[in-house]
Amino acid sequence: MLWIAWKMLIGNRAKYLGIVFGVVFAALLIAQQSSIFCGLMLLTISQIRDTQGPDIWVMDKNVQYVDDIKPLADTELFRVKGVPGVEWAVRFYKGVVRARLEEGSYEQMILLGIDDDTLVGAPEGVFMGSVADLRKPDAVIIDKVGYQKIWPGEPLRLGRVFEMNDRRAVIVGITTASKTFQSFPIVYTRYSQALRYAPRERKVLSFVLAEAAAGLPAEEVCRRIEAQTGLQALTQRQFTRKTLHHYLAKTGIPINFGITVFLGFLVGTAIAGQTFYLFTVENIRQFGALKAMGTSNWTILCMVLSQALQVGIVGYGMGVGLAALFGAVTKGFGRLSFFMPWQVLALTAAAVLVIVLLASLLSIRKVLVVDPAIVFRG
Amino acid sequence: MGRRENTEVRAPDLAVHCRGVTKDFGAGDSLTRALRGVDLDVPYGELLMLVGPSGCGKTTLVSIVAGTLEPTAGVVNVLGNDLAAMSNGRKVRFRRDNVGFVFQAYNLLPALTAAENAAVPLLIAGWNRKAAVEAAGDVLDSLGLGDRLTNLPSELSGGQQQRVAIARALVHEPRLLVCDEPTSALDAENGRITMELIQRIAVQPDRAVIVVTHDSRVYSFADRIASMEDGRIESVAAGPHVSQA
Repeated sequence: MLWIAWKMLIGNRAKYLGIVFGVVFAALLIAQQSSIFCGLMLLTISQIRDTQGPDIWVMDKNVQYVDDIKPLADTELFRVKGVPGVEWAVRFYKGVVRARLEEGSYEQMILLGIDDDTLVGAPEGVFMGSVADLRKPDAVIIDKVGYQKIWPGEPLRLGRVFEMNDRRAVIVGITTASKTFQSFPIVYTRYSQALRYAPRERKVLSFVLAEAAAGLPAEEVCRRIEAQTGLQALTQRQFTRKTLHHYLAKTGIPINFGITVFLGFLVGTAIAGQTFYLFTVENIRQFGALKAMGTSNWTILCMVLSQALQVGIVGYGMGVGLAALFGAVTKGFGRLSFFMPWQVLALTAAAVLVIVLLASLLSIRKVLVVDPAIVFRG
Repeated sequence: MGRRENTEVRAPDLAVHCRGVTKDFGAGDSLTRALRGVDLDVPYGELLMLVGPSGCGKTTLVSIVAGTLEPTAGVVNVLGNDLAAMSNGRKVRFRRDNVGFVFQAYNLLPALTAAENAAVPLLIAGWNRKAAVEAAGDVLDSLGLGDRLTNLPSELSGGQQQRVAIARALVHEPRLLVCDEPTSALDAENGRITMELIQRIAVQPDRAVIVVTHDSRVYSFADRIASMEDGRIESVAAGPHVSQA
């Protein structure tokens, strides 16, 4: 009988496409907007993820997220190093500076200063030049997207020069650093060099990056650092969560995307529900005939639900497929953030399931109450 | 085919036995009495025609006999089963196993082929699709539609669609066939062919056929004609071919 239900559904081509369109529309909007949201959230934590090596980030106790810099005194490095269980600790500078380019224009840049001796915190994806070249005078490594932003259309080239705080900076490497939330170019240099580029301040140390001693959990070492120094110490995972939580709780981003997703849900439900109901009304005599011929209400219910599920599966597949296609196409443009984890697919599937169930509710009621004697009326 | 429930309790000579059947629609000031104490017997092997003007209660009576409508009062015994004593679920199974329907508007499923449409009662009874469609194809073949098995209803003439509907009504070998205005949408020639098919194939010693009609051109196919008027059966007479015999 489910086979009959499917043939009934597909047989009415216009109505079928109308219902599928509603579900596709909803699935596309939900998956696409959720993926852009996830992409944006990924940007907020990109610098934590890109800073490979240290287990532990130490910062002022009031820091809320990775871009919330509250500088520390340089002496805090030694206090952290003095905590039992800390294998090593290094300085890390993070700030925004204004760069003056060769042609005289200005560009805001994110400046990251890594430990002079160990170069801990250096980018991993250097594909032109090398991290070791950072030891040269005035050396910086810049991210590829940032390079293309400030010199659009020009080939990637080492040795280019620009100025920060009237001091010369020479590009010795280009890396594939992840995009950041502010979308500024990212410049890596040595910590001591970064202080020359940065505006003069009494305190300049942004973070202390530390490693837990072998055999000690990073969480335990964080607790010790906090207890002994009064600073905030977080594992990389904890800092990631804290940063994400800040953007989720303190900005309007989730609400804005949530509204769009909800509208997609509502419009999809309305289109699919209305068209599905019209389809059912159009076939009500056929359902009546089936009931007269001995089809039970349970079977009729299964038929309608199978029709709804079939529409849901097709609409879901097309919707997330189009969303993924959108992501693949726009990826090349470089500016749009798009990240589709399995959670987005699961969320969209759940939303589509609710949509088709809601859409079928009126139809189910209609077919269950239809009097089989309807077939005897002219 | 071994699909029927064994619920017979009455004498085997009467397929339908109605006594004092009334049916009211609405309530209070808007109450309409569609049937006013109908008595009717239909023996096995008979083709009974229910005739009368529109609104006289023919369709209401046949709906009650077919088990798709509840009477307000009275006794309705069909194929030995007291319909009033049946639960809804049991009545659904009773219709599935024992009643065949031919509707005025055919009510074929437009997305199914002729063979698939005719197979619907077997599919409802739980047959697998291939066997059901094959069995339906045999019945359609006997009705002269062997070359139309894969056609959709929209590709068939009105007469051919009604023959598919007859095949659908007979494919599961029901013991009661209920036909509601089977010729009203057909021209005279197709109406005659349809009634000939019903008389030739449907009327069997172990089966009763009730035809609701006000198409006087087909009265000649009836064994008996029950005339209804204002919710009552006014008269029951032998059909023309029976009288002549």
